Amino acid sequence: MKNFKGKVLFLDRSDINTDEIIPAKYLTEITKEALKPYLLEDLSLPGFDNTDDIKGKTVVITRENFGCGSSREHAPWALEVNGINVVLAENFARIFRQNMYNCGMFAIDLPKEKIDFLFDNYSGEDTTIEIDLEKDLILVSSPNKSDVIEFKVGEFDKTLVKEGGWIGYADKNY
Amino acid sequence: MGKTIAEKIFDAHRVNEPFPDTHVLRLDRVFCHEITTPIAITDLMARGMDRVFDPTKIKAVIDHVTPAKDSKTAEQGKILREWARRNEIKDFFDIGRNGVCHAIFPEKGFVRPGYTVIMGDSHTCTHGAFGAFAAGVGTTDLEVGILKGVCAFHFPKTIKFELEGKLKPGVYAKDLILFIINQLTVNGATNMVIEFTGSVVDEMSMESRMTLCNMAIEAGGTSGICYPDMVTVDYLWEFIKDEFDSKEAALEEYSKWKSDDDAEYEKIYKLDISNLEPMVTFGYKPDQVKSVKEMEGTKVDQIYVGSCTNGRIEDLRIAASVLKGKRISDDVRAIVSPATPAIYSMALKEGLIEIFQDAGFCVTNPTCGACLGMSNGVLADGEVCASTTNRNFNGRMGKGGMVHLMSPATAAATAIEGKIVNSELYQG
Repeated sequence: MKNFKGKVLFLDRSDINTDEIIPAKYLTEITKEALKPYLLEDLSLPGFDNTDDIKGKTVVITRENFGCGSSREHAPWALEVNGINVVLAENFARIFRQNMYNCGMFAIDLPKEKIDFLFDNYSGEDTTIEIDLEKDLILVSSPNKSDVIEFKVGEFDKTLVKEGGWIGYADKNY
Repeated sequence: MGKTIAEKIFDAHRVNEPFPDTHVLRLDRVFCHEITTPIAITDLMARGMDRVFDPTKIKAVIDHVTPAKDSKTAEQGKILREWARRNEIKDFFDIGRNGVCHAIFPEKGFVRPGYTVIMGDSHTCTHGAFGAFAAGVGTTDLEVGILKGVCAFHFPKTIKFELEGKLKPGVYAKDLILFIINQLTVNGATNMVIEFTGSVVDEMSMESRMTLCNMAIEAGGTSGICYPDMVTVDYLWEFIKDEFDSKEAALEEYSKWKSDDDAEYEKIYKLDISNLEPMVTFGYKPDQVKSVKEMEGTKVDQIYVGSCTNGRIEDLRIAASVLKGKRISDDVRAIVSPATPAIYSMALKEGLIEIFQDAGFCVTNPTCGACLGMSNGVLADGEVCASTTNRNFNGRMGKGGMVHLMSPATAAATAIEGKIVNSELYQG
């Protein structure tokens, strides 16, 4: 299994599309590692700097419809090679969400009030998140406070995370 | 309770349901292109599993950057080409025979009513125009599809559009789908199938139905779907004539791929589209749509006619009918990319290529190129493109560029005027 504990990158916007996560001009790369410098290069978000803001982050928290647009799995790969294995959002585009689980990564849907709570109480702080896969809990903390948030994902999603992705599971079962 | 067409296709293809609401489906078609397939191929090779489940069900094309523009894109083509040869995939379309995937695969008769289709490309929803369940997937799903011929889906709910009335002259499927995306929003059909039904769709060509289904993904939809009818049978006839005694027999067989009257829908929209105006996008999201009238006078630098949305022969005929005997504005440049070699040949025979060239258009070979800012018409920072493509995302056709999505007719009139125009040229 991948690492599901670390520092949080808050992206306060809805409808962040896959062209913003990894622009099409980099789709000519044929290794995942080559995508590393280009993650979120075209993100339209005032004040965001993709050369500095991503460093050392493991979790992204964002708003609605994250990963809409193209089917490119380069979007989860660009996150993965930067050490980001978890995205929390109100909801995701279908293909992006499936791509995350197919790579053994977490794309967790949370109700709007929980996402609002995280933005209101933790954005701008040095925030850490840990996913407890067995208890379905998100442990969130900053230097002076902490909270526990329940989450729910399907059995299939969880199995893919535990198996490290869809290839291994499919090869065994089909 | 009746079933939707998507439910019927799921029922006919379900291998098993290993977890609640996880349906593993048998695949009839796995389509591949050179951008998302090579990493699947190299991964399969690294795992010692360089094989395919059925070479006759896998179809591959080089379309996104073709001819190759540099060493990297040449390498992507090479990986796909050698893999197709190694695995005896006969339907591989290399340079000279290649076209935009969602135009060339239907043109070759590869998609039939009731099929399940996946491809590592979000616009795979296009093929639902044939009454198929066709979904874009990522590289891992594609890899498993290639290896095992299966793909897992959560069950998609369905949104139905009942489209009645008659499109006004100069108003096309593109205007209609832009209007529909505006109604649904970019997230409104996520995890759902969109059915397009009603007399408006009944009267549409397969090309127009493909334009509708192509942009289902821009509302988040898993697949667009139209019910198969005699228009579908006519389009497919040269490929299916040995399977059926008559077109009527084919229609009878295909008619089972239709939703029941008492099927359950997430939502039903009943729209009379008789007053629909030509539409165009503004901003960076495909649901940001206004009438062309409201956007009139917006200056553009480039016009692009092509793509899996609007690069088919019908689209070229419409654009050429507006351009005939006219010149594009000195202030703009214009590009047309016929989506397949067959479309290019037809356009040549019909005199359309001459009309485009006389008007001042650059005619390129079939490719996806400019639509996603990869080649053949990338924008410079601050430039504006009037485009018949499907996405107006920030930087989509080039970093710092702005894209206005519109019909081929509006794009052609915009080329003549040098600015977005609601022209009598195409509204008779």
